[in-house]
Amino acid sequence: MTMTDDLVRKRDYSLTGPSSQRALEIGLASAEWYHSDVPRRVMKELMQRRDGPAIRDTALWIGLLLATGAGGMWFWGTWAAVPFFLVYGVLYGSACDSRWHECGHGTAFRTQWMNDAVYQLASFMVMRNPVSWRWSHVRHHTDTLIVGRDPEIAFMHPTAVLPGLLHFVGVLDIWHWMRTLLRNAAGIVGPDERSYIPDSEVPKAILAARIHIAVYAGALAAAVGMGSILPLMLIGGPRIYGTWHMFMTGLIQHGGMAEDVVDHRLNSRTVLMNPVSRWIYWNMNYHVEHHMFPMVPYHALPRLHALIRHDLPAACPSILAAFAEMIPAVLRQRREPGYYIRRELPPTARPYREEFHQSVPERASMR
Amino acid sequence: MTQWIAACDVEDIDPEDVLRFDHGTRSFAIYRDPAGAFFATDGRCTHEAVHLADGLVMGDQIECPKHNGRFNYKTGAALRAPVCVNLTTYRVRVSGAVVEIEIG
Repeated sequence: MTMTDDLVRKRDYSLTGPSSQRALEIGLASAEWYHSDVPRRVMKELMQRRDGPAIRDTALWIGLLLATGAGGMWFWGTWAAVPFFLVYGVLYGSACDSRWHECGHGTAFRTQWMNDAVYQLASFMVMRNPVSWRWSHVRHHTDTLIVGRDPEIAFMHPTAVLPGLLHFVGVLDIWHWMRTLLRNAAGIVGPDERSYIPDSEVPKAILAARIHIAVYAGALAAAVGMGSILPLMLIGGPRIYGTWHMFMTGLIQHGGMAEDVVDHRLNSRTVLMNPVSRWIYWNMNYHVEHHMFPMVPYHALPRLHALIRHDLPAACPSILAAFAEMIPAVLRQRREPGYYIRRELPPTARPYREEFHQSVPERASMR
Repeated sequence: MTQWIAACDVEDIDPEDVLRFDHGTRSFAIYRDPAGAFFATDGRCTHEAVHLADGLVMGDQIECPKHNGRFNYKTGAALRAPVCVNLTTYRVRVSGAVVEIEIG
């Protein structure tokens, strides 16, 4: 057995281990990725920043959070509070992820301080360190689903089903990220984090974690003092009871798709979905398009999709269809690490660059 | 030893835009600011070597098309994370209808 064969079977996902070294050696790290042709003039238009759409959406988001939060408090102790918290939970525990994401890219608003302000708020809500996760996501875009490089791979091979299900109630996620925040607040930044956070940013990551932990401690103290879980229903709790939409949309971004390829058409999935989910998700359902051209703002992604869909696999027609495609593949990945969904390209598309798929021998033999 | 080399025609770049120019094994980015003046920098981002010519020019700034890092293309200064290292800039002159850059 060669060292490469061994690495494929073991699927070492750490960012400092042999898979990382291998990705660097064979050119998978920081590689040049495939992108569809878009005329320069059109791409410039698509990348233009505007404040209007994000101000409108953020005002609506904050307004709905305040209204539903107030309703939940007003009716607290009665069944009438339930619908308020159902909506509040999703607005807090799911919509925070897309706001964190888009503002982190600096594409939501034209005015930078607005991106930064919403980014900080949403980072707190989603329980992510605003400093380290900015760098984590940078790496995710540099090395999407490259084993040993991407810190944001949701389904690691061999896949585990139970953690995937528990994501929908946020339990594992909160446990993981709260531990990370506590560790960072204690001044500890692990080797994986240090592999993508520059040394100069580490003190900022520690400070941010301490601020987040202080607010959560305040909410917990308020709950104990009041003898009620109401403060935690408003702060922190929505990451459990309202996070289902975030994972419903997030897991299908890359679930079941190919690792170690440099073509987003093979490792990402575009899914058509209803307008409410698209608003909560800020159009990240156009995920192939987003990864190919990450500086195109969320409000321009539908237009980008229309421009390049001739070069992409057909979009999944619904969330349900995406799960129907993903679940069998993820289940198969439990016993066949390296298996992936190879989506067919339309005749109008440029073909996949096969030479990039030869680096994983098990995968090559599956085609 | 430095030399002036022709990079592109004046008309090849719109105001507030950028063009990629490869010379040998090197890659450069040629900019035209909103007032029409020309500038040049290394063509690849100092963060992850992405071609800057695919990015967006906003006033005096160029934004990396992959990670939102920004530089002042007139000075090369790194302005926004994740870029931390400044870009190398090059002198530019316009000779007739041709934009030339001075490289070493």
